[in-house]
Amino acid sequence: MQFILSVITVVFIGGIAGYLGSLMLTKRMALVAGPIGHLALPGVALALVYNFNIFFGALFSIGVGALIIWLFSLRSKIPMEALTAIVFASGVALGFLFLPLSHAEEALIGDVNQITMFDTVLTVFLSLTVFFVIKKIYNNLILSEISEELAANLNVDVKRYNLIYLVTIAVIAAMEVKIVGILLTAALVAIPAAISRNLSKNLNQYVYIAIFSGIISSIIGLFLSKITGIPTGPLIILTLFVFFLISLIFVKK
Amino acid sequence: MIKNKKDEKDKIILNVEDLNVILGNERIIENLSFKVKKGEFLTIIGPNGSGKTTLLRALFGILPYEGKVEWRKNVKISYLPQRLSKKDFSYVPISIKEFFKFKNVLDEDILNMLNSVGLENSNNLLDMNPDELSGGQFQRMLVAWSLIDNPDVLLFDEPTTGIDIGGEKTIYELLYKFWKDRNLTILLITHDLNIVFAYSTNCLCLHKEKKCYGPPKEILTPERLQEIYGTKIKFYKHTH
Repeated sequence: MQFILSVITVVFIGGIAGYLGSLMLTKRMALVAGPIGHLALPGVALALVYNFNIFFGALFSIGVGALIIWLFSLRSKIPMEALTAIVFASGVALGFLFLPLSHAEEALIGDVNQITMFDTVLTVFLSLTVFFVIKKIYNNLILSEISEELAANLNVDVKRYNLIYLVTIAVIAAMEVKIVGILLTAALVAIPAAISRNLSKNLNQYVYIAIFSGIISSIIGLFLSKITGIPTGPLIILTLFVFFLISLIFVKK
Repeated sequence: MIKNKKDEKDKIILNVEDLNVILGNERIIENLSFKVKKGEFLTIIGPNGSGKTTLLRALFGILPYEGKVEWRKNVKISYLPQRLSKKDFSYVPISIKEFFKFKNVLDEDILNMLNSVGLENSNNLLDMNPDELSGGQFQRMLVAWSLIDNPDVLLFDEPTTGIDIGGEKTIYELLYKFWKDRNLTILLITHDLNIVFAYSTNCLCLHKEKKCYGPPKEILTPERLQEIYGTKIKFYKHTH
C-alpha cells in the first residue's frame, strides 16, 4: 500500500515538475527552484519537530522567505538574486538550528516511505490544479519570453501571469521536498525540461517530452530505490541525468 | 458646414494631445499633439534619440505617459517592435504554426497569409522554427503575424532593420499593398526618405517635439530636413 501511494505521488510530482520546468527553462529560471527549495528547510524542520505535514511547513516557510526577500528589495538596491542568496542560505542555517539530526536525511533528500494517503491525495489535487492553471497561461508566458512587446498584442497581463507562475513554482517546490528533499528541487524541474529541449522541435513535443521524462524517471528512480535500498530522491535525479546524457546524442537543432 | 465638421471628426482614428513621456530623468517627448485619420499612411522620421520608438510604445499603451492618447473605440492595433531578431526565437522550441496559433487562427488562414507575404509553403514552412528563416523571410513572417487577425491599425517600428536593401524594398511594397487592399491605417517609423515620399500620405518629423507634420512633398524641404537631422541631407526627390 505504501508503495502504491509512493508511485502515485512521484508520478504526479515528476510530471508536474517536468511541465513547470519546461516553462522555467525557456524563461531562464531553471535554477530558481533551488533557492526556493532551500527556503523550505526551516518549515520542514519545524514540521519534523512538531510532527505535522512537511508540505505545509515547506510552503509556509517558502512564503515567509519570499516575503522577506520582497521586503528587503523595497529597502535596498541590492539585486533580487543576491537578496535571494542571503535569505535562502540564512534559512538553511536557521533550519539546522532545530532540525533533529535523525531526520536530516529526510529533509535534505526526501523520503518517499513517509508518504501518507493524505499526501497522495493532496499531491494529485495540487498537481492537477497547477497543471490547469499553467496550461491557461503557458502560451502567453512563452510569447512574453520571446518578446514582451509582441505579447502585448494579445493583451497579455505579464505581471499578473508572472505572479501566478511564481506562486505555482513555490507550491511545486514545497511538494517536491517530500520526494527529493530540499537539496534536489532544482534538478527535478530543470533536467526533464533540458532533456526535452534537446529532443524537441516544437512546443508541443517540448511539453510532452518534459512531462514524460519527469514521470518515467520518477518511476524508474522509485523502483531502483525499492531494489537497492538507496534513497529515492537521488536515484530519480541520477536517472534523469542519464537520460539527459542520452538526449545529448540526439540533439535537434 | 456643421456636417462637414462631423465627418471630419468621424475620420479621426487617433487623437494625441499634449503628450509627454519621461523616462528616468529625461523628457523624451515634449508636448506633442497630432491627429491621425482613418486610412492614413503616416511615416514618423527623426534623428536617433528623437523619441520615435518611445512615441510608438506610448501610443500602443506599453509606456506610461502624460497627456492624452485617444484611439477610436474598438480599434484593433497591431504593434511590431523594433529589433525583434531570430535569436529571440532560438530559446524556445516553437514552430511557425504554433507561433501563429497564439492568435487562435486556422491553419488555412496561416498558409494563405504566409503566401500573401510571399512565403511559399515549401520545406514544410509551418513546421519550421522562425530562426530557420532567412532575415528577409523572418521579417515577412512577422508582417504576416501582425496582419493575420485583421487589425485596423499597424504600428511598425523600422520593420526592415537588418535586411539588405533589396529585401527592404519588398517589405515596404508589401506594406503598401496591404494598406491599399485592406483600408489599414499605418504608423511607420523609418529612416528611409524614399519610403516617406513614395508611400506615406503624411509625415511626422520628430525631435522630442513636433518639428513638422503634413504631406511629405509639401513639408520635407531640404531646409527642413537639415533642421531636423542637423546636417545637410542630400536627397533627390524621385517621381513615382
